[in-house]
Parts: sequence; structure tokens; C-alpha cells
Amino acid sequence: MSEVRVAGVGLTPFGSHPERTGRDLFAEAALRAFEDAAVARSDVEELNYGNFMGSLAEHQGHQAPLMAEAAGVRCPATRYESACASAGVAVREAVRTVAAGDVDVVLAGGMERMTNLPTDEVTEGLAIAADDLFEVRSGVTFPGAYALMANAYFDAYGGTREDLAHVASKNHANAVPNEYAQYRKEVSVDEAMDAPPVAEPLHLYDACPITDGASALVLVSEEYAADRDLDAPVAVTGTGQGTDRMALGDRDSLARTPAADDAADAAYADADIGADAVDVAEVHDCFTIAEVLALESLGLFEPGEGIAAAREGVTTADGDLPVNLSGGLKAKGHPVGATGGSQIAELTRLLRGDHPNSDHVPDAEVGVAHNAGGTVASAVVHVLEVAE
Amino acid sequence: MSDDGADAADASSPTDREYAEWLDALADGDGFAVVCPEGHGSLPPRRVCPECGSPELSREPLDETGTVETYSVVHVPSPRFADDAPYATAVVDFGPTRLTGVVRDGDAERDGDDAAPAVAIGDAVTVDIGERATDGERLVAFRPAAGETPAEDE
Ligand SMILES: [Zn+2]
Repeated sequence: MSEVRVAGVGLTPFGSHPERTGRDLFAEAALRAFEDAAVARSDVEELNYGNFMGSLAEHQGHQAPLMAEAAGVRCPATRYESACASAGVAVREAVRTVAAGDVDVVLAGGMERMTNLPTDEVTEGLAIAADDLFEVRSGVTFPGAYALMANAYFDAYGGTREDLAHVASKNHANAVPNEYAQYRKEVSVDEAMDAPPVAEPLHLYDACPITDGASALVLVSEEYAADRDLDAPVAVTGTGQGTDRMALGDRDSLARTPAADDAADAAYADADIGADAVDVAEVHDCFTIAEVLALESLGLFEPGEGIAAAREGVTTADGDLPVNLSGGLKAKGHPVGATGGSQIAELTRLLRGDHPNSDHVPDAEVGVAHNAGGTVASAVVHVLEVAE
Repeated sequence: MSDDGADAADASSPTDREYAEWLDALADGDGFAVVCPEGHGSLPPRRVCPECGSPELSREPLDETGTVETYSVVHVPSPRFADDAPYATAVVDFGPTRLTGVVRDGDAERDGDDAAPAVAIGDAVTVDIGERATDGERLVAFRPAAGETPAEDE
């Protein structure tokens, strides 16, 4: 077993780039990752690439060889698809491969191009992450599914739309200094409350935007980093994944996300830490309620207590446990197949001290990233630690 | 893509035979779940129970009346539901399994109206087949159980 180090991270600015090809987006992210890593492209032994709807958005299947070309690497290249957790599973397989000692250097990340499609086609495209027969044909949209979970949560534990508006407001505030974020503007709780409904109880500012973007990470073994005297102080010490029934209605609970519970348990066990060791978190807030569910699955809050975390200031930038200092999917943006890699990139920068929001977590040693697919039928959790 | 979506949504498509047959049963008032000896219910097609893997599956009738476990009023629809919005979608417990469907208020005059029927968690509803306003496709529809007063608008 080898320890896995993050040698370099690269992102495109997240936002609306309808005219840019997917291959150019991933090329930019990879270029930045190699610059950050100071690792030779010729040393890359595998490319693990996440993408969800490229077949719809660009009429382009079989994207992995194309992205290997774009990144300038020639090695086994594979596309991973797990809806919004596509990059999360790509990174997880990279971590496992390096940890197992099979290879020393992997390029992992993902890309999604979305804004070139009309909004209704994106809505339809995202809905296919749910069960087509028994959910989508019954009128369930992607926001609608999370709205079903939000109402189930309110019914089980209490909570209000205003609690969720505090999550939106917090994440928008965090995005303001982040040069990679799509929406670098504050949104007040009142503005969020007054926004038009999408799927009640979720309104416009409860939802992440439609985003183009890419993420790339250069992951290396500790031995490789030491041999080349790389500046790679952050290690991925834990990885975990969980799967649940595809359709929301088939889950044990509509107000919980057991796949993420399983992923978190496995990742913490792998890292040999408990949830109480976590100093900072990046979680999958595709909708504000999703952040609440994530915090509870990660064991950072008891069931029913995550809803008040933003309102009470626990998870704000100045709180005891800052969550989504990047701005989250909510304000930084959610290029579906890139998000899992982006979360690791942001967490690495936060722990290294070179993120614009690092000053809020100067002593952070342990970070956790939570990436979810669909309505959390898939979940991936990673633990990152400052190793030196 | 929307064209493909419309084709894929055709319940008479031979690729979705089991789903079409299940809708037929629902329309005839014979809605069923597939249940294993452990009592795990699921929806067809199944070769084994998704919870325990048992291949011993039998068809069991759904409860006549279900209970709404959660719902949402959808204002921004997918293209297939463009003319249906706003509409209420709900997850309803029917005994051996839950179903996800669209809430109709039981009054044919009002279905397709521009206000979604009022619904609340805990409401008792029945299930049958409704029509999607956008393209006439069949879908799972819930209606207030007899003797139930629809919840007041919020
Ligand atoms: Zn069973």
C-alpha cells in the first residue's frame, strides 16, 4: 500500500462557455494541473475521466481517448459515468490504483458541457439520472426529486424554506473571492426567499446553475513524490463509495441518503479517522437540501440537525466547520461530470493555504469531499489530510 | 433529443413491454407489486428481489388506498411535461411497494388546469392511469380516496 499525494490540481473557470468544445475545456484544466504538479506528462500511466451527458451535449461518445489527446498523455484512458458523481468515481479509482501500488501517476478529473443545449434539454438530460420508467415518466425532474426529499425531510425533522435560503446565501458569499466560480455575487436570504419556484419547496436560488467546466488532478504515490522532491503536501487518505436503490421511492428513507452514509463510513475507516476530526468540507449541494443531507450522512451533524447549520453560523466561512468555501455547486457551478474532481481541487487548495478562502481555515488538517450521483443512488466520499 | 425522448416515452414500445403491461394492469384496477418470500416489494420487470436476491417472486395486489409520503409541485417541467406544469408529483405508499406518480384532483374538468391539485403528506389516495397533457401518454395518476377532502391550498 502506498500513500496517495495530490501533486497538482487544475480547473477551468466554471460558467457559461457555450462555444467551447469539451476537449478544449479538459485540455485547459489538465494544462493547469501539470503546471501545478511539475510532473512530466510522459510519466502519466492512466487517465480516469468523468463525464455524464457528452453523448447528448456533443454527440460524442468514447471520450477518454479524445481527452488523453487533449491533455497530451498517451496511456490507458477510461471514461467513468456515475451521473453527477462521474468525476468522484474516476478519482476514487485513481486513488485505489495508486494506493495499490499498480501505478505511480494518474491524471483524473472530468468535464461537462451543458450551456450549449437549450435549458429544457438540459432538464431532460439531467432527469435521465433518475429511473426513467418509474420516476421520470411520473413527472419527476432533477429538482423535483430533491424537492420530494426536502418535503420528506421537513415532515420528518422540521425545517423551513428559510433554513435552506441560509445555505444558498452562505455558499454565494463563499464564491465571491473564488476566481473559478460561476456566480461571484452575494445573494441575501430575502432574495432567495423571493425567487420563483422550480419544484416546491425549492426555488431558483435553491438550485445549482447549468455550468460548463472541467477539473483535473495529478495524483502520485508518496514514493514518486519523494523521489522527485515534489511539493505535494496533501494526501488522499480515505476513499469510500455507496450505492442505493435507483428510485427514490424504493429507499428505506426519503429524508436520508444511506449511500452517502456508507461512502462516509468507508472513507473514514480507510483514513482511520472519525467525523469529529474533520476541519473543512466540500459537499454536493446541487440543491440546498442536498447540503443538509450530506452533512448528516458525513456524521458532521445528527439527523435533523443539519438543517440549522448554515442559519446558526456553524458552517459559514467564520463558523466552526466551514462547508463549501469554494461556493459549492450552488454558486461555484456544477459541470456535472467535472464536479467530483473540482471538489478535491478546491479542498487541496484550502489545505495547502493557496485558496482565496484559506484564511478562514488556517489550521485545517483534515478535509472531506462528498460527491453524489442522481438523487444519491451513488455517493463518493474522500478524506484529504495535510501530510507534511 | 426531444424527439428521441418522445419515442422513448411511447409505452407501446416493444422495448418497454413489461412496463406497458404493468400500466395495463393498473388501468384495469389490478395494480400489483412483485414480492419475495421476505415481503420485499418491487416493480417489474424483476428476475430476483432487489433487496435479498430471492428468485421466488409473486405478484401481490397493491393496497386499494395509499398514503402520500412526500410530494412536490413542479413548476419547471421537462419537455415531456411542458403543458402539464404546474403539476404535483408524489411518492405514495401502497403496502408492498411505493409508487411515484402525478396527483390529479379526480375532477376531469380540472385536470390540465393551470393550478396543481392540492396535496399533503398523509393524504389518502387511489391510483390509476392518467394522461399527460403534453402528448397524451399514459402515466401513473393519484386521486383523492373516496370520502377524502382535498387539502386546502397553501
Ligand atoms: Zn427480498
